Amino acid sequence: MSNPQQLRYSKEHEWLTAAESGVSTVGITRHAADALGDVVFVQLPEVGDTVTAGEPCGELESTKSVSDLYAPVSGEITEVNQDVVDDPALVNSAPYEGGWLFKVKVDEGSPEPELLTADEYTAFTGN
Amino acid sequence: MTEAPRRTPLDALHRSLGATMTDFAGWDMPLRYGSEREEHQAVRTRAGLFDLSHMGEISLTGPQAAELLDFALVGNLSAVKPGRARYTMICDERGGILDDLIVYRLAEESFLVVANASNAQVVLDALTERAKGFDAAVADDRENYALIAVQGPEAAGILGGLTDAGLDELKYYAGLPGTVAGVSALIARTGYTGEDGFELFTAPGDAETVWTALTEAGRDSGLVPCGLSCRDTLRLEAGMPLYGHELTTGTTPFDAGLGRVVKFEKTTNGGRFVGREALLAAAERAGAAPPRRLVGLVAEGRRVPRAGYPVVAAGDGTLIGEVTSGAPSPTLGKPVAMAYVDPGYAEPGTPGVAVDIRGSREPYEVVALPFYKRQR
Repeated sequence: MSNPQQLRYSKEHEWLTAAESGVSTVGITRHAADALGDVVFVQLPEVGDTVTAGEPCGELESTKSVSDLYAPVSGEITEVNQDVVDDPALVNSAPYEGGWLFKVKVDEGSPEPELLTADEYTAFTGN
Repeated sequence: MTEAPRRTPLDALHRSLGATMTDFAGWDMPLRYGSEREEHQAVRTRAGLFDLSHMGEISLTGPQAAELLDFALVGNLSAVKPGRARYTMICDERGGILDDLIVYRLAEESFLVVANASNAQVVLDALTERAKGFDAAVADDRENYALIAVQGPEAAGILGGLTDAGLDELKYYAGLPGTVAGVSALIARTGYTGEDGFELFTAPGDAETVWTALTEAGRDSGLVPCGLSCRDTLRLEAGMPLYGHELTTGTTPFDAGLGRVVKFEKTTNGGRFVGREALLAAAERAGAAPPRRLVGLVAEGRRVPRAGYPVVAAGDGTLIGEVTSGAPSPTLGKPVAMAYVDPGYAEPGTPGVAVDIRGSREPYEVVALPFYKRQR
């Protein structure tokens, strides 16, 4: 169960892509999806919302529990994944692909958040 | 100091199947093997295989074993025929529920009491204490049994080919000694899923034989191994209470809407049993001024109620109850909950009921339990 090398990871178990034209894509890691179990409902921020690195910006409901979704970077939401809202199981089946959650235009002026490389995140989670 | 969790005889097998394990009542148990929702649907439509070896078995034997159980439990166990089982409870002197139990009468003078893992020691201690003066022996048999359940519409067909027992004659809540895959087992038609199914008590050393034989016999019918996560959603849909959630020492059977398990008309011990006076008072209270009632709640939205969340009036947020169990129901496709609510809000269809889900009032429909009943 490998974490893609090209992504960066937060200690709250989100991943994000390197910014393209200033916009990064965000999702939760396979480790997080496996720990949650079957995700049945995702509540995402709305397009235009401003999110702050390390702050909750949504939630994920699974059979056994509810978990906050944290923004790994600060910025403005430019797009949310309607497919995952309609079919939350995508978070479990394809956390790094079809299960992405939202896109964020990164606020360059905000402090650099502490993010991990794939290897660092793998070591952090122990798998 | 916390003790290391206990492992069932099937522990290595669960790990080889890639199970996600969880600590449950001091035991390391399978939570799920893959998708808990798929495991749930397998039990509803085909069959599922569960390791329930954490459950606590206590044996009672002797000429006065039946009298002892009539005295120690709220039910009328002396009326149970050998080969049959009863759902019952053990209460304290104040009528509070210490545990809910299934009691199998194996023979005229022999009973097997099955307690929840979290309460097994409490039940054992209470039975031992209450046995004083009775010609009956109470034995801790937790280490002597593994328990495997096969549940679902295909369960009888799968088990039928592996056992010498006549499953057609084995009724719901009956149990017989027999063989499964060539090893001895107590074969009981009981379960906690709302489906037809069987619970198989075997020697720990035989558990793997039984598990493997059922896995192979069930392959073509779509049987899958199932963890505790789907067991919880299955029992919730079936409206079955769970100790620590719907049932507690602060609750009498009457408060839980399960007063029918209390039998005041016992023929043994002059009608005396532990908790009798308090339970008579609880029954009277329930008749005169009904306490909060256990109801079902079905969400109109998609946020999931969890145990402990307040049930409130949708209009002004007045507290009217509390959620005891909640989960997304795979069968209904919506979040559901069991909750104790004030009697004025307990009728199915009562408008204006909401659950406070982390600060926002989400509308809920009051329904009668269970949420799911199988078609026979």
